[in-house]
Amino acid sequence: MARIVDMLTATRGKGGRLHWTDWVSYGYLCFGLLLMFGPVVWLVLSSFKTPNELDRFPPRFLPYVQETVEVEGFDDPLLVYTATAGELEGQRVALTRRAGSRAEVVVPDDPENRIRLQMKELEARERVAFTTSNYTELFERFTFFRYLFNSTFITVMATAIMLLVNSMAAFALSKFEFRGRTTVLLLVIATLMIPQTVVLVPLYLLVTQMGLYNSLWGVIIPGAATPTGVFLLRQYMVTIPDEILDAARMDKASEWKIYWRIILPLSAPAIAVLAILAIMWRWNDFLWPLIVLSENENFTLQIALFSFQGEFQTDWPNLLAMTVLTLLPISCVFMFLQKYIATGIASTGGK
Amino acid sequence: MLRVIAPVMNVIELPFRWLQRRLGLKLIAWVFLLPNILLFGLFAFLPVILNVFYGMTGGTDVMLADRPNVGAANFERLLSCDNYLDPNSCRDDKFWRAVYNTIWFVTLQVGFMVGFALITALVLNRKIRARGFFRSVFFFPVLLSPVVVALIWKWILQREGILNAFLDWLNGTWAIEGLSAVIVALGGTALSVQGIAWITDAGWAFFWSVFISVWAHMGFYTLILLAGLQAIPRDVYEAATMDGASAFRTLRRITLPLLAPTMLVVVILALIKGVQTFDEVYAFTGGGPGTATTFIIQYIYEEGFAGQPRLFGLAAAASILLALVLVVLTGIQLWLNRRSVDG
Amino acid sequence: MTYHRLAAPALAAALAAAAADASAQEIRFMCYSDGNECEVYDDILDRFEEENEGVTVAVDTVPYQAILENLPVQLAAGTGPDMAKVTDLGGLSDHYLDLAPHVDRAYWEENFDRTLGWYRGDRDPEGIFGMHSQLTITGPFVNATLFEEAGVEMPGSEATWEDWAEATRAVTEATEADFPMAMDRSGHRIAGPAISYGAQLFDEEGNPTLSDEGFEAYVAKFVEWHEDGTMPRDVWGGAGGSTTVDAAQEFINGELVFYYSGSWNTGRMEEQIGDFFDWQVVGSPCGPEGVCTGMPGGSGIVGFEQTDHPEVVAAIIDFLAQEEVYAEATARTLNIPAHAAVAEAGVEYEGVSEPASDALNAWARQVPQISPVAYDYQGYTNNRAMFNVTVERVSQAVVGELSVEEAMRRMEEDLDAAMAEVGAE
Repeated sequence: MARIVDMLTATRGKGGRLHWTDWVSYGYLCFGLLLMFGPVVWLVLSSFKTPNELDRFPPRFLPYVQETVEVEGFDDPLLVYTATAGELEGQRVALTRRAGSRAEVVVPDDPENRIRLQMKELEARERVAFTTSNYTELFERFTFFRYLFNSTFITVMATAIMLLVNSMAAFALSKFEFRGRTTVLLLVIATLMIPQTVVLVPLYLLVTQMGLYNSLWGVIIPGAATPTGVFLLRQYMVTIPDEILDAARMDKASEWKIYWRIILPLSAPAIAVLAILAIMWRWNDFLWPLIVLSENENFTLQIALFSFQGEFQTDWPNLLAMTVLTLLPISCVFMFLQKYIATGIASTGGK
Repeated sequence: MLRVIAPVMNVIELPFRWLQRRLGLKLIAWVFLLPNILLFGLFAFLPVILNVFYGMTGGTDVMLADRPNVGAANFERLLSCDNYLDPNSCRDDKFWRAVYNTIWFVTLQVGFMVGFALITALVLNRKIRARGFFRSVFFFPVLLSPVVVALIWKWILQREGILNAFLDWLNGTWAIEGLSAVIVALGGTALSVQGIAWITDAGWAFFWSVFISVWAHMGFYTLILLAGLQAIPRDVYEAATMDGASAFRTLRRITLPLLAPTMLVVVILALIKGVQTFDEVYAFTGGGPGTATTFIIQYIYEEGFAGQPRLFGLAAAASILLALVLVVLTGIQLWLNRRSVDG
Repeated sequence: MTYHRLAAPALAAALAAAAADASAQEIRFMCYSDGNECEVYDDILDRFEEENEGVTVAVDTVPYQAILENLPVQLAAGTGPDMAKVTDLGGLSDHYLDLAPHVDRAYWEENFDRTLGWYRGDRDPEGIFGMHSQLTITGPFVNATLFEEAGVEMPGSEATWEDWAEATRAVTEATEADFPMAMDRSGHRIAGPAISYGAQLFDEEGNPTLSDEGFEAYVAKFVEWHEDGTMPRDVWGGAGGSTTVDAAQEFINGELVFYYSGSWNTGRMEEQIGDFFDWQVVGSPCGPEGVCTGMPGGSGIVGFEQTDHPEVVAAIIDFLAQEEVYAEATARTLNIPAHAAVAEAGVEYEGVSEPASDALNAWARQVPQISPVAYDYQGYTNNRAMFNVTVERVSQAVVGELSVEEAMRRMEEDLDAAMAEVGAE
């Protein structure tokens, strides 16, 4: 036990040589890399596979397609196999006809000479090939950029509104003494407890009554009303020393000026955290937009993504491709914000 | 960006100054709170209040005005049990199965989540190369939408998935023989050539539900813990090293106690989120096999929204019970928090 | 063209009425796809738009989940679309637009005789409430190549479920196949076999019931087959709640001998099995008393009373119901026609191979075999509730959470509770 703990707490060995605990740490991290990233890599590779390749067992890491060949006298290209038995053993043959377990093949150069074989004696010839049709079909099938715009608009607006409103409230709750402060704070925490899923119906009726049905604002505004942000920001702002504020007040700065010239810049790390969380939530949101938005022009990427799910069938190849496409923008945002997140969460969580 | 925002903020300032003169410092706080209270009131509190009314009505009509009042009937239906430990004896056995599943799930999930997040944070806190990269790696799954998480893992774990294919490939090698022996020793079934029913065996499905939700959310808690670790002043460690304290002692006497407040935040947040687990498990197992991974939110969702007939009243009643439990949990949090501050 | 003669007066009236209100002639059609339905309808409706200036039909393609879960709430709140492709035919009937005043009653009754009743629910027994666009029939797909390899003779059309279980077990033993039989996880799929075993589903007074002897007999067999490995647990044990799970992938990979699903999978089999093995569609196996039925089902296109343009919506649906339009849509979407004249003339499916074409016609031939109980069940307003109860409780029996008797008891209780709530309106 002590050794494990030793490994977890010791720092790197002196003189640039790696201590054994470092090796274990790197081992752990590489295992983590595999576990955390592996599935995503698998998803991306799968999105380049044909439907048959996707349903195949055992699955293969890289996408393959079977070779085909144009043979004189046949309208369609024929599938290519390698014969594994009989006189043609080892040769490349094209399948012309198949009935049950029997097959009829030709050598591509000699299309007249039909040879009968057992299906078992043929081995498919395949090569690695990335099928891009899963992606190109998406653009043919629906107005991808319209959905991209809607998703982006919802995400940006909801995040902006949420940041503004929540930071204002957090400022009030952390830097002012007034009656009812504790009550408001408790109510905020209480709403933290109730997931949106359980209030879908009343929320839907409210939004409809307000005329926000089938409008992007119907997604944006309720989405901006999440309590997590107030909670997170307040916890951070409490740690900002009051002296700075008092000095500003001496200089006759208005509270608004204090809010946006002092509090906001000082809370930047916490705001960055909240920003990434908000972007993530709104971008990945599915259940709520699906209820509020009813017309094609207003659909988001997530709704389009799941329209590949029918009653009986799911169009996996297109769905996987769409998944990868929706993942791209959020990954980019993450890469951009990740520096801030680290420092941001660093300063929020502990307080 | 600031160039756009700055003039807007300056314009807002004028009416604000006037307001501040009229209202004074105490009331101005409410002005800051107002937009938030409006949004909250309308879209977070009001639905909850409405839900309380729904909880006291029956029938299948959507509009509250059309629904007959049934008093406490919905609560009665949920709570009537011959023996609270045996879901089969309850009038609404599905509710109680969901309750017990949720309790088990939350216990395991929070335990593993906090454990692994702590280990990962400790490792990431060491002086290692490419720390930023590894930090991102562990955070990345947090970005995935719950449905995508479920989809990826379903793909991997299905009977014809890549994990079984991998085990198939390993079959007969020492690795699999050894693992098989361990699993049998733990009371499982021996690994077979046909592959394991990861999703359709109740025990495995439960295990993977826990695993997946830990996988998907661990990064967030790791970062919070990492932050807590980095906030511990260096000189404390240096003093300990001077005294010749062992690493184990340093961890137990310095690191963990100083990390305690952060740990509390992590545990409580994980607890709340754990109870609210729905999307990823629903998309992963659909709550099955049978009801093995049906949790409380899924029960509410199915009774009130996805099922037929839609029992909004029953679902609302269950959600009120859930909210009560969560409020008690928060109470415990605040109490613990106060105690740790005072003590 | 028949269409012009029939629909023109109705539409002329509609356009005249709408002329006063020059603004909106936009019709929203909420659609979901199992393959290419929405694309095909969008394309076909373009022609309608060309012929009727000023009318635009916007096809909103949504996930099936939205049709099943959100549409009813939207309709109740008065925010539904003008028309939609739906599957809960009886359950939503309160909201349907009656097309009867706008269409040629004789034509509709002649061609949609069997399915019009499914849309009526408790409403006017003379009303015309929807067009059945996609008829489905549940039944088995069989891997003929495995039978051939094993040298086992395939059971004939009179064969019982027991015969098939035995034969497919023999095939599995003799070949590399993994599983003899599988059935989709769905309350709708299991209903056909249960009716074959004698389930009546309604008592003398017409009240629904799920726990008669016939139903229990089949459930007991079904659970037994899961226990002895005739059926893989992956399917019915593969999910909770009322989630549908299929076994198509196993069948496509040649691991499954007998797959009880339905006509909608034909296109997928055709596309994905290709030359890999020979597959066939056979009739539903029989119960002990010689009843051999599957369940009919499918989806239809309906208009909603909330629409501002009832005449236009009726004209659109009537357009889609015209023989040649219907035939075209059926052929392009690889469906089985519910339209009598189209069915009689036979459908020339577009761009499909011989086995798939054979299969589609084999499905169509099974339509007359369907038991009247199955028709009634499909047309019953609250059948979704019954399907859900069945699938949840039978699954629990399959995975061993409940015994068969307990499951049957719970099914009846759940059903009673649901009926009480529905009655409380």
